[in-house]
Amino acid sequence: MEISNLNKQAIANLLKEDKRLDGRGRFDYRDLTIETNVSNNAEGSARVRLGKTEVIVGVKLGVQEPYPDHEDEGTMMTSMEFSPICGKRYESGPPRMNAIETARVIDRGIRESGFIDWKKLCIKEGEKVWSIAVDIYCINDDGNVLDAGAIASVVALKMAKFPVYDEEQGAVKYGEFTDTPLPLTENVPFTMTFHKIGDKVFIDPDRDEEDTSEARVTFAVSKPKKEKIINAMQKGKIDSVSADELIQMIEASEKLYDEMFPEIEKQIKGLIKA
Amino acid sequence: MTKENNTRKLVVPGEVIVSGEDYLPGDFTRKEGGEIIAGKYGLADINGRVVKIISVSGIFEPRRGNNILGRVTDLAFSGWMIDIDGPYSAFLPIMESPRFVNKNNLHEFANIGDVINAKILSVRRGSVDLTLKGRGLGKLEGGRIIKINPNKVPRVIGKEGSMVNLIKDKTQTEITIGQNGYIWINGDIEGMKKAEDAINLVAKESTSSGLTEIIEKFLEGKK
Repeated sequence: MEISNLNKQAIANLLKEDKRLDGRGRFDYRDLTIETNVSNNAEGSARVRLGKTEVIVGVKLGVQEPYPDHEDEGTMMTSMEFSPICGKRYESGPPRMNAIETARVIDRGIRESGFIDWKKLCIKEGEKVWSIAVDIYCINDDGNVLDAGAIASVVALKMAKFPVYDEEQGAVKYGEFTDTPLPLTENVPFTMTFHKIGDKVFIDPDRDEEDTSEARVTFAVSKPKKEKIINAMQKGKIDSVSADELIQMIEASEKLYDEMFPEIEKQIKGLIKA
Repeated sequence: MTKENNTRKLVVPGEVIVSGEDYLPGDFTRKEGGEIIAGKYGLADINGRVVKIISVSGIFEPRRGNNILGRVTDLAFSGWMIDIDGPYSAFLPIMESPRFVNKNNLHEFANIGDVINAKILSVRRGSVDLTLKGRGLGKLEGGRIIKINPNKVPRVIGKEGSMVNLIKDKTQTEITIGQNGYIWINGDIEGMKKAEDAINLVAKESTSSGLTEIIEKFLEGKK
């Protein structure tokens, strides 16, 4: 059953008093758990759980010809799949609008932050460069797949190790890994999506809240030096967002970056050691 | 429902439950030779001569007389299309509404997204007809809807409504349970939250013995 008017009303009424059904505040994320190296075949992989939402990301590396306008730079492709396993509303088939949008927003957050050093992915200028494929699979959709997917993508990229490249044959030997990680920089992007119901802005909606939400704005924030930078933004859904609300979101996004980012770092570090 | 004078055995499809000519096949069982064979995964229940299977999983199967909660998905020419989360879509004819509704103003009574508490009038192949004529039936106002596995509904209701009345009393909420697993709760925020948690606990612990005590303890606990 799709969301009923009763549940929409209940969520909206609660939010007017800054309350939510599961007892969270407006700017609280659900519990985040990260697992890494969940796939044997992928060069890097991660599973992220945000409450009941679950996303798996696999990073594959390949070799291809560079694009003619970026002859000395590697390439990246992001794809997203909502298979029927993740919710009743999804059916198999080519990616729909929301899957394409989610993948592109995540892609943009990573690309524009300068997280990946593209020049170092070049093998031979104009002829061969590494290409990164980031495949995002939603396992369970309980809202906010975008943020979970973005976190998982970043973690999977961090975990990725180059496969062995046979220069004579010009082919990648899959299954044999080197110890070299991807050429990543310090500009780690963190993507967060704000939703709006009535005049209240909040983050990390569950399924019902996401269905009730009237507008959403996604920010991809990174912190290259001391200052935080917004690398990418995306507005979705039908309602408008006022200047005041946008400022509210930007201020909250800075705070959330400081809150969530150390948490993610901590979890990844714990996993690398283990 | 909670009375267990005979232990129920978990069976898988194809399993022989009992053999002998004394028994008759009931729901989800069939007779082959002298044996009663399970046709579904569930608990085998032998009541006198009749052997039937009580489902523990699967979707809601509409039966005549069931009270259900459904969401209006469409306004048709002469009634409402209702999503009851079953295998077939349901239809509520305009004639079955409790008061007169003008054919051109169906939305004034119930619009898309509204939730109604209805009774199943008839089940035919591929379609279910509903009625709102009866006590307590009609459109629901206020509160919110939660969903549980429809096979757990008898547990949530309890013996003669004992479980649901317990939850209602302790949380000071109104609760309406549909046989299709949708449950409507109305009350203050804390009460609703607590009732929802209690219902989910019943569904989770549905096979435990002493379920009522567990729920009583839970409801007393955090208040």
